[in-house]
Amino acid sequence: MTTIPALAVRGATKRFGAVLALDGVDLEVHRGQVVALLGDNGAGKSTLIKCISGVHQLDDGVIEMDGLPTAIHSPAQARDLGIETVYQDLALFDNLGPAANFYAGREAAGPRWLPTWLRVLDRKGMAARTAELLDRLQVGLPDMSNQVGLLSGGQRQAVAVARAAAFASNVVILDEPTAALGLRESRRVLDLINRLRERDHAVIVISHALDHVIDIADRAVVLRRGRKVGEEIPTRENQQRIVSLIVGGEG
Amino acid sequence: MEQSTGASSGPSMTVTPVERGPEAAGRGHRDGYRGLRLGLTVLRIGPLLILLAVAVALSFLSPFFLTTRNLGNVLAATAAIAVLSLGQLLVILTRGIDLSVGSTLALASVVGALVFTSVDSGPVVILAMLATGLLVGTVNGIVYVKGRLPHPFIITLAMLSIARGLALWLSGGQPIRGMPAVVDSIGGGSIGWFPVSAILILGIAFLVFVLTTRIVWGRWIYAVGGNPEAARRTGIPVNKVLISVYVLSGLMAGVAGIITAGRLDAGSPTFGELAELDSIAAVVIGGASFLGGRGNVLNALVGALMIGVIRNGMNLLAVDAFFQLIVIGVVIVLAVEADVLRGYLEDRFRVFEASRS
Repeated sequence: MTTIPALAVRGATKRFGAVLALDGVDLEVHRGQVVALLGDNGAGKSTLIKCISGVHQLDDGVIEMDGLPTAIHSPAQARDLGIETVYQDLALFDNLGPAANFYAGREAAGPRWLPTWLRVLDRKGMAARTAELLDRLQVGLPDMSNQVGLLSGGQRQAVAVARAAAFASNVVILDEPTAALGLRESRRVLDLINRLRERDHAVIVISHALDHVIDIADRAVVLRRGRKVGEEIPTRENQQRIVSLIVGGEG
Repeated sequence: MEQSTGASSGPSMTVTPVERGPEAAGRGHRDGYRGLRLGLTVLRIGPLLILLAVAVALSFLSPFFLTTRNLGNVLAATAAIAVLSLGQLLVILTRGIDLSVGSTLALASVVGALVFTSVDSGPVVILAMLATGLLVGTVNGIVYVKGRLPHPFIITLAMLSIARGLALWLSGGQPIRGMPAVVDSIGGGSIGWFPVSAILILGIAFLVFVLTTRIVWGRWIYAVGGNPEAARRTGIPVNKVLISVYVLSGLMAGVAGIITAGRLDAGSPTFGELAELDSIAAVVIGGASFLGGRGNVLNALVGALMIGVIRNGMNLLAVDAFFQLIVIGVVIVLAVEADVLRGYLEDRFRVFEASRS
């Protein structure tokens, strides 16, 4: 905690017309840390991560990367800054294999004197690096040549998370990574998130599953109606308190 | 790895009763898994198998079918559909459709014939026909993307009408005889029994194959068809990719115009009627999905050949021409059903994957 956070959001404010979606929200994530973002529907979680990942721009407040104020104007710029986001829809290409999914839009190809779109794909290189990374994150896929559409929900989630981890030099943001998964597959994805922490990524997770949050998160930031209403170290003991922070009852 | 444990599962089952449940279930799984894999593989190469089966059947039914002369005929008659279906494949890969290719073929042939009446140069005539196709395709793509149309059906339907109308107007509704020698030999010439047009198709098919499997642009075409929204988010220039497939499809229609004009030594506003439907049928018979992102060059060519072989075979067997339409329609339905079956098998496959881990 003494280090400079990989990502810090200070006084984040965002309006949509008359609606105040974010109202002075602060958030910090350090490397090797998983921060859970909690809150009921409409609390501002999605707006906040969309501001970090460049989909929306803050009306007020600053985003700091490694202590330096940074303006993020587009998703492409967020990616260039080393921020990768896995949305709930995963944004996978079901008709393509894992390697093609990993490198979609940033294919390894050459020669350099050709315009990007005419370059020849480095298929072996991409396949090898993808296999290596999936291996390092212990994502076991039965067949690397299969299209992603043939994978189970958990495997697809794992591919999407691994893709984000591969290209995120700073922050990985996960939106409800276990929402659509069964018990066993959730477990595997949670293990994967733990490995991201071990590999020194800064991770932000949105989740409604409190037991998952307790399991993996170092800190939990609770939003309600666009404001930050609490920050806790999630444990079994204060689970009740976190719930009441989320729904707005007495603590 | 999984298979080797399968072989040794017998003894271990008797040693520890605890292992019995999962091991037994595992073996049932493996069989189902292999069955599904096999089913999906058969569906993938299905069009080729069916083409071979039809060819074998025809070679028994008609002694003339397997003669080089007849095969040359089939190839020459299929060349225009084949090149159109290569362009159509790229469009369908992006979830689109190009209804204008038949009319564009006719317009290109008329433009070529008219150019030939004033400029006696093969290369110029060929360039004029290619440019015509390219121009029509570019208009299709730009109006579709920049006009923010919900689907390319409408613009290419409009272009079907416009290009045919232009062809009729420019030609005065009459065929214009005469094409440069080089065009005639592209469309009607042959080396031995092998048509020049078929060689041209092989060359173009190779280029499209390289594009779709080895080049970044081709990868983007599949990505845009597979998940346009994700493609946009990952920074793929979706609009440019979409425009490009209509440009290429138009260009292929220009090539088909050259082949048809050369084969008949004329340009005519009536060329290529319903050819757009043939090309769509060829791509669908080749197993491409209208939902985008699935399909490949080899199968599209197989689909085009299938149409050519069925027509040729029924001619040889003296089957009523009207009946050919019915048969081809039935083949299309079967192809689409095979696609539905594939979707079902893939669902099952996913369930297996979820339970295997």
